[in-house]
Amino acid sequence: MDRIFERLSDIVGSDYVSNAAEERFIYSRDPGVQRPHEPDYVVLPNTTEEVQKIVLLANEEKIPVVPLGGGLVLSGLSIPLKGGIVLDMKRMNRIIEVNEKSHYAVVEAGTAMGMLSAYLAKHYPTLKNSLPDAPPVATVAGNVMIHGSGHLSQSEGGFHSEMVTGLEVVLPTGKVVKLGSCSTVPYWFSRAPLPDLAGLFLGWNGTTGIITKVGIKLYPRPLLNDGLMFLTEDVDTVPDIMFRIVNTEMCEDLTFFITPKPAMFEGFQMTIISITANSDKEMRLKKEIIRDTLKDYYESKEAGFVPIPKEMKAFLLEAPQKNLSAFADVRKGGGFEYVGAIIPVEKIPDAYRAGLEISARNGITYSLGGRMIGRGHSFMFYFAYPFNRADEDDMNRVRQALDDTNHAALKMGGIPWKAEVSGQQLILKQMWPATYEFMQEIRGLLDPNGIMNPGNWEVNP
Amino acid sequence: MKKEYADIIHRCFRCGWCKLPLNFKDFNCPSYLKYRFESFSSGGRLWLIRAWMNGEIQTSERFAKILFSCVTCKNCVEACAMPKIRQYLVDMVIAAREDMVEQGVIPPGVRDYLKAVSISGNAYKMPQEQRAIWADGLDIPLYSGQEYLFYVGDVGSYDEVGKKMARSVAMLLKKADISFGILASDEITDGNEVKTLGEAGLFEQIASQNIEKFKGLGVRKIITLSPHAFNSMKNEYPKLGGNFDVYHYTQVLNAAIKDISMAEVDLKVTYHDPCYLGRWNNEYWAPRSVLRSVPGLELVEMDRNMQNALCCGGGGGNFFTDILGTGPDSSSRVRVKEAIDTGASVLAVACPICYRMLSDAVKAEGLEDRIEVRDIADIVNDAVAV
Repeated sequence: MDRIFERLSDIVGSDYVSNAAEERFIYSRDPGVQRPHEPDYVVLPNTTEEVQKIVLLANEEKIPVVPLGGGLVLSGLSIPLKGGIVLDMKRMNRIIEVNEKSHYAVVEAGTAMGMLSAYLAKHYPTLKNSLPDAPPVATVAGNVMIHGSGHLSQSEGGFHSEMVTGLEVVLPTGKVVKLGSCSTVPYWFSRAPLPDLAGLFLGWNGTTGIITKVGIKLYPRPLLNDGLMFLTEDVDTVPDIMFRIVNTEMCEDLTFFITPKPAMFEGFQMTIISITANSDKEMRLKKEIIRDTLKDYYESKEAGFVPIPKEMKAFLLEAPQKNLSAFADVRKGGGFEYVGAIIPVEKIPDAYRAGLEISARNGITYSLGGRMIGRGHSFMFYFAYPFNRADEDDMNRVRQALDDTNHAALKMGGIPWKAEVSGQQLILKQMWPATYEFMQEIRGLLDPNGIMNPGNWEVNP
Repeated sequence: MKKEYADIIHRCFRCGWCKLPLNFKDFNCPSYLKYRFESFSSGGRLWLIRAWMNGEIQTSERFAKILFSCVTCKNCVEACAMPKIRQYLVDMVIAAREDMVEQGVIPPGVRDYLKAVSISGNAYKMPQEQRAIWADGLDIPLYSGQEYLFYVGDVGSYDEVGKKMARSVAMLLKKADISFGILASDEITDGNEVKTLGEAGLFEQIASQNIEKFKGLGVRKIITLSPHAFNSMKNEYPKLGGNFDVYHYTQVLNAAIKDISMAEVDLKVTYHDPCYLGRWNNEYWAPRSVLRSVPGLELVEMDRNMQNALCCGGGGGNFFTDILGTGPDSSSRVRVKEAIDTGASVLAVACPICYRMLSDAVKAEGLEDRIEVRDIADIVNDAVAV
């Protein structure tokens, strides 16, 4: 038997290691358009100690280790570009603690966002976590590691990585560290007031260590939720509309979208304002304040509120939105990939125009839109392109469109989020050189053998 | 693979909604719950089937295990985000099994099951003469024009808990003055598992044989013990010319129970939805209604109930082939712990396969002193006896 396979089996049990063709096939790709690369082994650890042992083995054998959460990033960040071990973390999905009064949960890295949400709904019905638009099997650790965002990102503190209160990480050398208050006291309430080391693992695409536990902030769960939809045909007004709504501090989530289908929506910029409240009175008041702030727009007939059809409201207020996954079937082809660019709010019109131009140039359809991050601090603008998985030419067109979009996003002053390797290279080429050198120095210190998800965040993978 | 499925299989996005129930409580795909590799999830399996069709992976023992460990519970169908393809997800797995059966490369457990059914007329390789042992002493007539044929099936005829269940149902049908008869040694398997295991030809043969027999006897209405037989006779037999009014026994009981006098009981019960009654046939209320008719019975729900129910792990032929296997992450063991969480002392079932799977799981978990698995008819019978 393969020596490494045998040693991995000794660590996690033979049921949870595979080097079979079937697993190598599935773990060589994600649902997006990035090219497949096969791992040599897929391993499903159950404890931090097992992760530690696997990392020590990988160092000894000088083989890559690629951590995998939900596997839903779409841009191939957990595709093992140089083979090695894919570490599927989803067996480690225990919810370790919920601190109700201090509003945080501590979960193992493989805990699904949806499962945490269901757990809170049952045991702590006054609390909730911010949910990304990804399917509910997206993991908490995977999402914070890529700077994900979600339905509380506007109202409750920005990116999910900013909601992290502490981490447990297995370093590339096998050392286990705790970061944040949990390093010093038995509570996971915050990263302050200590030196903030969590940033060494957030946004690094698994190149600096393997997150095994996460402390994540929880938020109040109001009793009611409802929504308003505001329409305009003039995209140049969208930043101001968003700015005004944000400044009322009356909404929970603020998103907008543009889609060519159904035809009734074509040409309109649709802003969705999600509102929560604990009473009808509060809900009415919040709506009134939001309406008032946009009064001159709708009185001038330049834009206006429109009633949201009941069925549409149900899915718009749903978190996560199942309908977004269904976008993959627009081309009857089972796939889409997107560039989610983090841009200044005022660049929304530029992003919109770029999206239209790129999709037209590449002969593909699109969905454009995004979410306000923080109280108007930045905007996650997605350029989503569906493709037909059975049509390689179609996938190539989408690959080209994604590349064009990465260029456009950087040109307008944004940065592609969770970019695929080619997108990462574009970012690094534009990055302040000393910053890139600093990144590489940190990686060199943390990961002397270069085993952690190699190929990512490298100018020359 | 049939063209209708070959043309759509690439439309699975592998987004993973299919792993969870609609309320996200926990992993709800039994094979994924057990093995935890993406390849054993519904989406992973479909992607592998496509790769197999395209020659990107070859037929192997591992692939067969992945294919045949699907319990056809339809959680994926319920949870899938793709409205245009979701109803075909399990059909595509069954179609791939058919291809594999045609190639003659199937796991030994599947082969043995199909051989047993083919040769003996039942999965247990037992003599047909022993089919009606369960009815000893009950004075149940052979079918000869009564209003209903009571079709018991393999598990009800040969498995110990199945036999107990068949007796309970028959006794209750008698108490309700329902006119019925049985086929006894003339009964053969219903074919539902044969079909889901991919032996389409054998299924047609079995179904046609049953249809001919039923028609010959003048059967118009059928009561089935098992939701699996209910499914095949209700949904598949009509395609072969067998048009009967088919009922699961809980549906007949639900209509008759108002006429049955029962005494007060003191029982806290949780009910496990069988996939072939629930997700396959949308019958969630009749069993609950029967249970609620028992005076004093408190019915409490598990977190995963109705469309969200976790399968016992015995569907899709796994009850007989045991490809899904046992262990702490097997869905039956997870399910009984979920039942314990409700505080119920009884886990009610309406399917002989669930009955056996969950009874064994209670023993494996050492929970015999905390919860008892009981068939709905048995619970009602006790109330009648009181």
